[in-house]
Amino acid sequence: MQAYLKLDHIDKTFTRGNASTEVLKEINLTIDKGEYVSIIGHSGCGKSTLLNIVAGLTDCTNGCVLLENREVNSPGPDRAVVFQNHSLLPWLTVYENVRLGVDKVFASSKTRSERDAWVMHNLNLVQMAHAKDKRPSEISGGMKQRVGIARALAMEPKVLLLDEPFGALDALTRAHLQDSVMALHQKLGNTILMITHDVDEAVLLSDRIVMMTNGPSARIGEVLEVPLARPRKRLELATNPGYLKCRQRVLEFLYERHRFVEAA
Amino acid sequence: MNMPAIKTEPATAIVTHAAAPVATPVVTMTPKRPPRAEKYSKMVKDTAVRVVPPLIVIALLMLFWELVCQRAGSTLPPPSRVFKDTKELIFDPFFDRGGIDKGLFWHLSASLQRVALGYSIAAIVGVALGTLVGQSVWAMRGLDPLFQVLRTIPPLAWLPLSLAAFRDGQPSAIFVIFITSVWPIIINTAVGIRNIPQDYRNVAAVVQLNPLEFFGKIMIPAAAPYIFTGLRIGIGLSWLAIVAAEMLIGGVGIGFFIWDAWNSSHISEIILALFYVGIIGFVLDRLIAGLGKIVTRGTSAG
Repeated sequence: MQAYLKLDHIDKTFTRGNASTEVLKEINLTIDKGEYVSIIGHSGCGKSTLLNIVAGLTDCTNGCVLLENREVNSPGPDRAVVFQNHSLLPWLTVYENVRLGVDKVFASSKTRSERDAWVMHNLNLVQMAHAKDKRPSEISGGMKQRVGIARALAMEPKVLLLDEPFGALDALTRAHLQDSVMALHQKLGNTILMITHDVDEAVLLSDRIVMMTNGPSARIGEVLEVPLARPRKRLELATNPGYLKCRQRVLEFLYERHRFVEAA
Repeated sequence: MNMPAIKTEPATAIVTHAAAPVATPVVTMTPKRPPRAEKYSKMVKDTAVRVVPPLIVIALLMLFWELVCQRAGSTLPPPSRVFKDTKELIFDPFFDRGGIDKGLFWHLSASLQRVALGYSIAAIVGVALGTLVGQSVWAMRGLDPLFQVLRTIPPLAWLPLSLAAFRDGQPSAIFVIFITSVWPIIINTAVGIRNIPQDYRNVAAVVQLNPLEFFGKIMIPAAAPYIFTGLRIGIGLSWLAIVAAEMLIGGVGIGFFIWDAWNSSHISEIILALFYVGIIGFVLDRLIAGLGKIVTRGTSAG
């Protein structure tokens, strides 16, 4: 079977003046259609850089990103990003924020009323239709992130990129939103690549967990399959031996073999 | 504020709370609206708080001025004389006896028209150049030093040059307005554009906005608070410059009106004109500030 999304020998070196830092080295990863893959690693290991490379927001130094066997090296709606800090435009309403992307992506393929219906459909998916005329400053952090997800989903991306989407939320809101994302993944079958630093989140949501070594020159240290049946229930998993084993593996990787070294 | 009330009788509070949903039938609680008279009296009170103190200060200053200038041989007229001398100008601002012998309304409107034209050009050019300088590093390196030098040139220093270039008073005055007010607009716009968060640029990149859409949908709204700061400084400067420029170019306009009054020793008329200039400058500033408030609604809050 052909890989849906393929990261092929990606290196990334940042150069400023004479100093250059190798951030990523030899990243190879293939992701199948409909798969949910998480990338986990300590902060500073370059996982956000990796996501930006896939999104096309950053160029890689060597290697390439292939989506359905075609190289992608500039940003586009086929790889919609949910940003860590929601990045909603504060001068637009919730509806207008989602509509902005919809108007561009479906400019020729959908009529005005179809686009309107599509925006509302996506707001309904994340249960935010009730707040469509509110501005981002008038809704809570969790709600903003929901709208960010709706904006990304509404572009009908081939791959959905989540950049620590729940990092800025409190624990309860985070759990709630994780459940929502799981339900959406179940329902829509999106291919998802998520950056996270939360072990439980990675195990709960992913089909595979990609563990990154510490930078500089971060590599993929280990890839862990999470063989848990879906739909997954947070409470039942808490005592599930399979879940605990996966969790243990990730923790061992992060805290024993690749303990975070404070920059001196 | 609620805390002490809850603390004093916690038991009763809990009991009523628990019992309410079970026992009590639906009690319609129409929120008690304050009677209309009460609302109005509050409004009057709020207005009074803001209006009365400046009125008192103005009255005191007038009194002081009256006392100081009433002596025989004083060089400036007291307020009562100013009012007596300029009664005709105050109560009939619309007369027009041809030439420059017109009511104050016509002088002010001529000045305002010049400001409107010069300032509008400055706003358009300023935002455009500011965007260029904010967006492009090379444009900034090339143009910024030039701007920093040019903006320190006093408005009136431009007047002889523009008279030489245009050979007419009207376009020269408009040019002086333009050149005075364009710098703060350019500089503030550039800062606003430079400060657009990378997040918004990423969003635009993912959605694939073209440069024109990016300008209209991201840049301008994101930089709007900065742009309006520049516009507000600009309108103040252009109103400052117009009076000086008109004194030199002559014709109809509040600046020349003041100069003309000075030449014919009508000191009272000068004082009246200054009063109007101040009020209009204030109104212009408020106008741009109000416009900015409407346009940038929601922009500042994340």
